[in-house]
Amino acid sequence: MREKLNQIGQQAQLALEQAKVNEDIEAVRVKYLGKKGELTAVLRGMGALSAEERPLIGQLANEIREGIEKLIETKKTAIAAEMLTKKLAEEKLDVTMPGKVNALGYKHPLTIVQEEIEDIFLTMGFNIAEGPEVELDYYNFEALNVPKNHPARDVQDTFYIDDNIVLRTQTSPVQIRVMEKQKPPIRVIAPGRVYRSDALDATHSPLFHQIEGLVVDKGITMSDLKGTLDIFAKRLYGEDSVTRFRPHHFPFTEPSAEMDVMCFNCHGAGCRLCKGEGWIEILGCGMVHPKVLETCGVDPKEYSGFAFGVGLERVVMRRFGIKDIRLFYENDMRFLSQF
Amino acid sequence: MDLSLRWLKDYVDIDVPVKEYCDRMTMSGSKVEGYTDLGAEISRVVVGHVVEIERHPDSDHLFICQVDVGVGEPVQIVTGAQNVNKGDWVPAALDNSTLPGGIKIKKGKLRGVVSNGMLCSLGELGLTLGDFPYAIEDGIFILQKECDCQQLVPGADIKQFIGFDDNVVEFEITPNRPDCLSVVGLARETAATFDLPAKLPEPQIEKETGDINEHLKITVSAPDLCPRYTAKMIKNVKIAPSPLWLRRRLSAAGVRPINNIVDITNFVMLEYGQPMHAFDYSYISGGKIDVRRAGEGEKMFTLDDEERNLDPSMLVIADGEKAVAVAGVMGGQNSMILDTTDTIVFESANFSGVSVRLTSKKLGLRTEASSRFEKGLDPAQTYDAVMRACQLVEMLGAGEVVGGMIDVDNSCKNKTVIKLEPERINAFLGTDIPEADMRKSLTSLYFELDGDDITVPTFRADVETFADIAEEVARIYGYDKIAMTVFRGESSHGQLTDRQRFKRKIDSVMLACGYSEIFTYSFISPKYYDNIALASDDVRRKSVTILNPLGEDTSVMRTTMLPSIMESVARNYNFRNAQAKLYEIGKIYLPDEDASKLPEERKIISVASYGNTDFFAVKGVIEELVAALNVKELEFSAVTDDASFHPGRCAKVTCDGVEVGIIGQVHPLVCNNYGLEGVEVFAAMLDFELIFANKAEEKTYVPLPKYPAVTRDIALICDDEVPVAELAKAIKKGAGQYLENLQLFDVYRGAQVGEGKKSVAYSFALRASDRTLEDSEIENIMNKIMKNLEKDTGAKLRGI
Repeated sequence: MREKLNQIGQQAQLALEQAKVNEDIEAVRVKYLGKKGELTAVLRGMGALSAEERPLIGQLANEIREGIEKLIETKKTAIAAEMLTKKLAEEKLDVTMPGKVNALGYKHPLTIVQEEIEDIFLTMGFNIAEGPEVELDYYNFEALNVPKNHPARDVQDTFYIDDNIVLRTQTSPVQIRVMEKQKPPIRVIAPGRVYRSDALDATHSPLFHQIEGLVVDKGITMSDLKGTLDIFAKRLYGEDSVTRFRPHHFPFTEPSAEMDVMCFNCHGAGCRLCKGEGWIEILGCGMVHPKVLETCGVDPKEYSGFAFGVGLERVVMRRFGIKDIRLFYENDMRFLSQF
Repeated sequence: MDLSLRWLKDYVDIDVPVKEYCDRMTMSGSKVEGYTDLGAEISRVVVGHVVEIERHPDSDHLFICQVDVGVGEPVQIVTGAQNVNKGDWVPAALDNSTLPGGIKIKKGKLRGVVSNGMLCSLGELGLTLGDFPYAIEDGIFILQKECDCQQLVPGADIKQFIGFDDNVVEFEITPNRPDCLSVVGLARETAATFDLPAKLPEPQIEKETGDINEHLKITVSAPDLCPRYTAKMIKNVKIAPSPLWLRRRLSAAGVRPINNIVDITNFVMLEYGQPMHAFDYSYISGGKIDVRRAGEGEKMFTLDDEERNLDPSMLVIADGEKAVAVAGVMGGQNSMILDTTDTIVFESANFSGVSVRLTSKKLGLRTEASSRFEKGLDPAQTYDAVMRACQLVEMLGAGEVVGGMIDVDNSCKNKTVIKLEPERINAFLGTDIPEADMRKSLTSLYFELDGDDITVPTFRADVETFADIAEEVARIYGYDKIAMTVFRGESSHGQLTDRQRFKRKIDSVMLACGYSEIFTYSFISPKYYDNIALASDDVRRKSVTILNPLGEDTSVMRTTMLPSIMESVARNYNFRNAQAKLYEIGKIYLPDEDASKLPEERKIISVASYGNTDFFAVKGVIEELVAALNVKELEFSAVTDDASFHPGRCAKVTCDGVEVGIIGQVHPLVCNNYGLEGVEVFAAMLDFELIFANKAEEKTYVPLPKYPAVTRDIALICDDEVPVAELAKAIKKGAGQYLENLQLFDVYRGAQVGEGKKSVAYSFALRASDRTLEDSEIENIMNKIMKNLEKDTGAKLRGI
């Protein structure tokens, strides 16, 4: 009987060594350990043994069963590991295949930069104001110190709806609307569409965008204007940007200035990008004209302010190296999908 | 304004490199656009003296010249010109020289004879007969000594001789500074900028004979349009070319020299900025001039040989019988200066800028004079200008100045006086400029200071207020010296308004859904309404119309976004882009009944796509949008009669019973109008404000369920005509508060359900928040659902 048990043990071990899949193991278990298994059968025959032999054989049988069970576990783990290795090998990917994209849409470049500029001023405590595009002549011109028949009206070729209504030629009328509604302190920017009767070509569009800015409070100075716009330029163009303010004329500011940024390409030496000037014109600005303040019911003796206006398209064209303004309004996916 | 630096140097002793001059003038407020070195293209061209000339042995038209060019032996130059003689002075382009137009001259051989350069004609040097009237066009430019100042020395640079040793600076003068459209004005600015004295002309006349008042009477009948009219007379006029120096000045400023009298008027205009006119006295009938409004229907031929129709809004200069000039715009042909002219009247007048501007606009005639007058000139300068003209006549020997002057002066003599407030200026600019410096800057700009009273010079009508004085101080002090500070004041936090945040949220959802943002023009052609098949009486055809559009296709403000986005769709299709998903949050402009009121500007969310899309893809985006925006649920109901859309694939979108937009497949006929034959285009338009108004309450947290749900799938059979939204409504009504997660998962039409029927399958869950639903309760709910379905829609469970 002892021999029989040892034989079973050896046979089971052999069978398990040869087992390749879980089914083979299960077959071994059934064959030896199952209800009708060989080991079970031997144990059943233990009744015929002497009282002295029974515990010894019983112990041996248990040892052999435990041995087989242990082998089965080991083998199962080994097979599982082997199968996993095989599965992983089979699942190998060419990781250089293209990703599956949930195709996002593209933000228009004008919006990209407009929001960037809005966010710069939002963090500086400005709010965003809006005004109508079809505007009263009063707001677009007269309240801005440009009376009827003023030569400055020739500079901005205006689309007229009738004698008193125009398509606004600038976002500046929003200044007036804000000052009429709100008492100082005022800190707003006003982005929006403006219209001028310029024939469409690579650098002119009858419709384009401006971003107006207005600050009115007690004690606002021209050095505040310079400091604020210098911060703006540095946020927009990088900390190492250099600005220059030079005198200019706008009917609704006094003193007036234009802000240039040192050419990014030649750093002031003069190149093709800046047309040899070394500087690139960015925006017009100035201290709000006392007449404009008075028109809006703000006492220029008590309050002062500054205003500025940026042409959005030009900033965006320079940012991305776009040479033709018409692309913004053609909406060709081949263009839009570059941003 | 083009300024010759040589001319400028007559009045200011300026001696800095031209680049530095330009930079500093720009920084003090006279913006320089650029400068031109007149002689930049000419090099190694010198004055030559022809010492020998002989015929070329092998040519019947070439000559071999020995030319003294100031270096040792004469050089041999072959020329084909026929007007060169021994002893002539000529411009000689040497070996390796350059001429205007990028021409290079090298030594070579002409029919076997060495030529070490070229003798030049006027044209080859970039000159015209106007510059040198004594020369000929078709031949070598034979130099003549015109005045003592010239050096006809062999080897001297030709540029000095022809006035090309000069730089011309191009200024961009802003409309508030017409005084700077003159050499004198820029000389004043230059002097102030560089802190130098200016030596401005003070015209004196040496000898006068007779009295103008014996020959001429001047009345100004329209003093409102002509504040000042000043005149002097010249007799025994000798029309001749102007001397070299004057011609050079004019040429450098881009004005063609004509004859002494015309050149003098142009010279004075450039020098003082005061347009002048010269009349031939013999054609001024009756010796009378009246400055009056034109009569109704009055006509006149102007100098440019055009007949002009005048009207009483226009000012004319008239004699006893007829108009002889349109005031401030152009003179008349009937009194123009001819070679035979003997006596002239110089007019130096001041006209109302507005009047000149309107007249010039009405006549479609813009001249150098009109563009100056319309900016508003200083009435005080007419005297100096006319005196300067007479002085030049005398200097040039162009005639004899008649004594006396007629000066009808109705101009306002009140001078602007502003208080000097140094502290306020510093507080305004954020500077610390000493008062003495302010006074010095203002004085250098010809402001007169009497204590704290600043008297503004008459030529500075732009200076009216304290702020203007601050600007004068600041620009001479230097904007670049003003510090950069950040303003102080009450703290304020910048933030987007709810609407602005809502708009940005829409953008982000649309982008996440794969739609790209477009920008389209707000103005369209009224014909575009035909393209989208609007009915002829559709209210949307009533648009805000532009009086002076660039063209018909940008002549009205749009009342619908559809044409704009369809244009973009069509353009993408034409560019062979396989698909496009586009959106824009743009404005439409709805005219008010009362045309004097501004139109209503409404923001519309406009969506369109083609290629790899369908109705439900676009609808899904709208649904995602409202879900993300936390807008109350939208309802879609079929619309069959919108001509812009497919009658079977169009829905109006409502929210809380209010129509907020439309969605559908664009009608194939509309697509055809955009060249989109056979392309399925889907579009939607939602009103931004109405969507915004239906923003749901702020979100609040709902506790997660504690009790289990049961899920049910049901398949229904109903008439094909029944919209599934009705089925869903009935299920919701039946299930009430217990319903969760209702999903339609299948629609089937076919033989198995019979003609005119469809099968619709839903899955949903039922759950109570406070207990586990009993089987009996669930059965009750299901019964209620089925009852509602049958009653409201006629739908039954499939297979029953």
